[in-house]
Amino acid sequence: MSNLRSYDVADFPVPTGREEVWRFAPRTALKPMFDDAPSEGHLQWETVLPEGVVLREISTEEATARAASAPVDRISALAAKHAGGAVLLEIPAGSQHPEPVVLDLSGTGREPVVWGWILIEVGEGASATVALRHFGTAMYAGNVSVVVKEGARLEFVSVQAWDDDAVHAGHLATRVGRDATLRTVVVTLGGEAARLVQTVDYDGPGGDADVRGLYFADAGQRFEHRSFVNHDQPHCRSNVVFKGALQGEGARSVWVGDVLIQPSAVGTQTYEINRNLLLDDGPRADSVPNLEILTGDVAGAGHASATGRFDEEQLFYLRSRGIPEEQARRLVVLGFFADVLDGIDVPMIRSELMRAVEAELGYGDQESA
Amino acid sequence: MTELIIRDLHVEVESDGAPKEILRGVDLTVHGGQTHAIMGPNGSGKSTLAYALAGHPAYTITGGSVVMDGQDLLDMSVDERARAGLFLAMQYPVEVPGVSVSNFLRSAVTAVRGEAPALRTWLKEMRGAMADLHVDPSFAERSVNEGFSGGERKRHEILQLELLNPKFAVLDETDSGLDVDALKVVSEGVNRVRAGGEIGVVLITHTTRLLKQIPVEFVHVMWQGRIVAEGGPELAEQIEADGYEQFTGAGVAG
Ligand SMILES: Nc1ncnc2c1ncn2[C@@H]1O[C@H](COP(=O)(O)OP(=O)(O)O)[C@@H](O)[C@H]1O
Ligand SMILES: [Mg+2]
Repeated sequence: MSNLRSYDVADFPVPTGREEVWRFAPRTALKPMFDDAPSEGHLQWETVLPEGVVLREISTEEATARAASAPVDRISALAAKHAGGAVLLEIPAGSQHPEPVVLDLSGTGREPVVWGWILIEVGEGASATVALRHFGTAMYAGNVSVVVKEGARLEFVSVQAWDDDAVHAGHLATRVGRDATLRTVVVTLGGEAARLVQTVDYDGPGGDADVRGLYFADAGQRFEHRSFVNHDQPHCRSNVVFKGALQGEGARSVWVGDVLIQPSAVGTQTYEINRNLLLDDGPRADSVPNLEILTGDVAGAGHASATGRFDEEQLFYLRSRGIPEEQARRLVVLGFFADVLDGIDVPMIRSELMRAVEAELGYGDQESA
Repeated sequence: MTELIIRDLHVEVESDGAPKEILRGVDLTVHGGQTHAIMGPNGSGKSTLAYALAGHPAYTITGGSVVMDGQDLLDMSVDERARAGLFLAMQYPVEVPGVSVSNFLRSAVTAVRGEAPALRTWLKEMRGAMADLHVDPSFAERSVNEGFSGGERKRHEILQLELLNPKFAVLDETDSGLDVDALKVVSEGVNRVRAGGEIGVVLITHTTRLLKQIPVEFVHVMWQGRIVAEGGPELAEQIEADGYEQFTGAGVAG
């Protein structure tokens, strides 16, 4: 597994598709984001900021100094270079925010490319929930940095509720402090193509990262999710759970989950799982777990991956109790996603996502996202 | 009175890519208020009959008819049959990960009754039915059948029977995997439903264990996809004493 991080665009040549990390990528859709060119493009922002949190713009230099990680690929390096600085969300040390911070971003067209950079910093001992949601249409290269300082706790939900022609590439760089807790949920429902890469690094022992994802790809949609958990601190934990449902001709998903346990990371506890549910004959799901262990002293390490068809026996069981077919399918699919959705603490976001998944199934009372 | 009339039912499954006839002309009439037992050695086609009645897609009806309450059952979808009043307690209840028992029960009750029960009375009703069957209240939040023991699955089936209160219930090997105490709890549940006096019950079993707890009026013996003997409760006693050979020829053990 490659662990190259750099702000230097020259470190990341234009992908040809032969590189391991670009092998599965929807490169044709992403092509405009390989060009090293500035852009005036912006997304519209709407925010809900609870009392005490601070949102402000910072320079590229400051963002570089504060970010959780340097970029991991060409698009994230270009986004850092061309975003014109970053937006910083600060959760002050010691502050507690049961009400979620909401950052809603929306676009109105695929041109021009939008380069974006968002930093989220949770100060020592603070606790917060942040929901970042994407709507509309864009050609969006968005870097998000999440730093959770010592003893702090963050639940971060990123929802890709794009219209069906949006293209989104992103690097979600996360860094977990000593005894800090981070839970991320990446939910990709809309867009023509998405390639979302998450990195997890630790700053000290006792860090706990729960990395979850949910995607629902319809006909023609291509979603790629990658996570790279870099255990180099002792006695940290990571748990990676990605679940996807796919339906329709050409629906395509890729999940690559890398976990690296460095020699220094004694006492690491890690598990990762990806499961895909194929709702018909049209889709294809690729699933690649990689676990590399370079220390003899791990507390636990495992991975699992499975892609399966819709279970007709489950459907029969529910229907044999009078539950109509559509509702039975909805129950089974929502049940499949339950361990991701139930992990979302904010009821408003959880129920909104459940409705969005139902809408994907075509049975909901709202427009397909 | 309601009736369930099965006439000359033929059912095939696909086995190694070729159709295989399992039921070869089954006749059975059950009136509301009656309790019947279908007995027979393993592999004789009892579960096939149960699944075919419920409409499981693996079982193809190639002949005959099933009429429930004057309606052609075979013309209905799986869920329509259930809403029309048919219930199947399965031999192997299916796990549905992520769907909680309470959500499942409420969805089923809503579908069968045609309207959602009022939340407050519903919770009381569900908890009461669970308590009657010695199902721990924590099961309401567990995924349907996931990680349930054999006995817990069976109690969960009878819980549904009690809440859905069907016109006809087919209970497939409900006694298998139950210890003595659980058998008693489950039988009491079935007997509570029978006490209403309206339901028609078909108990499928290959042993006589359950019949000691649930009195039956009619016993049918199935063998190789046909009913080969019929009678009253004395037939079950005869089977208990002498096994199935008397009906099947030599060499078949229960
Ligand atoms: N879904 C199925 N696919 C293939 N064969 C089946 C299937 N269901 C039943 N059978 C076959 O039909 C016969 C009767 O089985 P079953 O109805 O389960 O018997 P019983 O319930 O009396 O033990 C057996 O030979 C069994 O292998
Ligand atoms: Mg059987």
